[in-house]
Amino acid sequence: MKSYQVDNNGYYGIFGGAYIPEMLYPNTEELRENYLSIMEEPEFKREFQQLLQDYVGRPTPLYFAKNLSEEYKAKIYLKREDLCHTGAHKVNNTIGQILLAKRLGKKRIIAETGAGQHGVATATVCALMGIECVVYMGEIDIARQAPNVARMKMLGAEVKPALSGSRTLKDATNEAIRDWINNPVDTHYIIGSVVGPHPYPDMVARFQSVISEEIQSQLLEKEGSCNPDYVIACVGGGSNAAGAYYHYLDNPEVGIIAVEAAGKGIYTGESAATSALGKVGIIHGSKTLLMQTDDGQITEPYSISAGLDYPGVGPMHANLFQSGRGEFISITDKEAMDAGLRVSQLEGIIPAIETSHAFAIFKHREFNPDDILVINLSGRGDKDLQTYIDYFDL
Amino acid sequence: MIQHKTMNRIADKLGQEGKILSIYFTAGYPSLNDTEKIITTLAENGVDMIEIGLPFSDPLADGPTIQASSTIALKNGMHSGLLFDQLKDIRSKVDIPLIIMGYFNPVLQYGVEEFCSKCAEVGIDGLILPDLPLDVYLREYKEIFDRYGLLNIFLITPQTSEERIRLIDDASNGFIYMVSSASTTGAKTGFGEEQTSYFQRIAAMKLKNPLIVGFGISNSETFSLATRNTNGAIIGSAFIKHLTEKGVASISDFIKRIR
Repeated sequence: MKSYQVDNNGYYGIFGGAYIPEMLYPNTEELRENYLSIMEEPEFKREFQQLLQDYVGRPTPLYFAKNLSEEYKAKIYLKREDLCHTGAHKVNNTIGQILLAKRLGKKRIIAETGAGQHGVATATVCALMGIECVVYMGEIDIARQAPNVARMKMLGAEVKPALSGSRTLKDATNEAIRDWINNPVDTHYIIGSVVGPHPYPDMVARFQSVISEEIQSQLLEKEGSCNPDYVIACVGGGSNAAGAYYHYLDNPEVGIIAVEAAGKGIYTGESAATSALGKVGIIHGSKTLLMQTDDGQITEPYSISAGLDYPGVGPMHANLFQSGRGEFISITDKEAMDAGLRVSQLEGIIPAIETSHAFAIFKHREFNPDDILVINLSGRGDKDLQTYIDYFDL
Repeated sequence: MIQHKTMNRIADKLGQEGKILSIYFTAGYPSLNDTEKIITTLAENGVDMIEIGLPFSDPLADGPTIQASSTIALKNGMHSGLLFDQLKDIRSKVDIPLIIMGYFNPVLQYGVEEFCSKCAEVGIDGLILPDLPLDVYLREYKEIFDRYGLLNIFLITPQTSEERIRLIDDASNGFIYMVSSASTTGAKTGFGEEQTSYFQRIAAMKLKNPLIVGFGISNSETFSLATRNTNGAIIGSAFIKHLTEKGVASISDFIKRIR
């Protein structure tokens, strides 16, 4: 049977691999040779599970959204990653990676962040473990995400501005990679999404796979079956989606729907809809779909949501798109903002703007009334309050 | 036939007495059409080999100096097709080895075979693509490079294992690019004991390929330290800085100060 998991060489179909300068070879080799065996260690598993339970607050609920279900005529469940410590799924991965970094003897952690959610999740686990933490963030993002910058500082992290290029997430990632090149021995780079050179996409997906693992047992209890008809998640780089799909990837009974940010419209030149606009190329050490010029220069994406504002997509998702296994839908800023407001009023849950994109698919796609849908509610909207305030003039 | 000529250009140069001075510059910088002028002036001033940088939007292995030159070069309008146009008569003007250094994505989008074919046509001798990994090169592209007589130059660093260095040496033709320290370009100035012992350690491995050191070479002192145990050295960021401050007209001043 065809598998949508990573293969032994670090590829998903034609996507993935490790397209990195030789300077990064020893670092990624060390990870590649150790990540699976470390993750299999009973003591690692115990510590990871314990922290997910007692520190993050897992399992997160699988909530039957009655009002949304009535409104959109389907059985809609919400996987409440917004209730994780720090407000989003990002912390599942940072807990896993910090435990791994400790076992590899690393003394210093670096990370990139866009909106600041992954930066905060990284600063949080570094505070917990007492490890030095440097977070790279685009200069422009630093200016527009002041509360998260303050949170990181309060947690003891150093926030370094990325001053190159467009000074957003892509450039913060470049700077983190450059830091790693300059500090190859004692530093671990905690990438926040299922992007980057092998083994990162697979490693991050495995740490996030706790999401689909929980969905399976929770749905079995509620519906008598592990399998929903569809799992729906927003995709920037794609870590929350990878976690929500993980145990369903090779299960043809479960449909996979990925929701991308169309920004102001797919063809307006201000979009982050990688599946529609991207071509095969290399970004941040991975072969994947990315937005680029004909000459192979990486272009600037746009989305109202900083977490979806990335010109590429993880190689797992590029393969889901290319193979037809996943259904990809693009949602504009306006559709997402309206959906976020509607969910707030129907369910009393203010979603992160990233997640709001996933709630906007009902304008684009119909479901049968007895279809069971799981929407991954990847983060809460507190961080986006200012954007919501400005947008709706609240 | 092209292959034969190419092999000789780099091999001839490395077979001669003395240490190789190689200069890197970013095509399209400072001005879009400086490419030919920079190459001919460097050659006139006794530079042994030139790396022509093909600018990329996201140069992961480069420090601020080369990043900035790449950004400006792209704004100026540089791209692969234009670079090949600018180089079409270069072989009637200079005889020294010319190498294109860049990142893999622009080459991939141009078409690897088409890119190699153009390189052969204008007289490029080799490519340095730091983010094209050895295993992918051997599996997917070596045959194409060989067909067009292009050498693919690989990097090693102080962290590269001896086993992997042997692997790279086996796969290489031309020379091995020794990155002087764990760093991006232009990040460090001056060499310490650590570098010297690294240079000696690699020299003692008696590899089949000559060694040329890059990263961290900025003046005559670092040039002579880098080349004591190796065959030559590459200067990039320091040369770009000189171009920024003094302009293309003063290239000879820079080269004279190196040796």
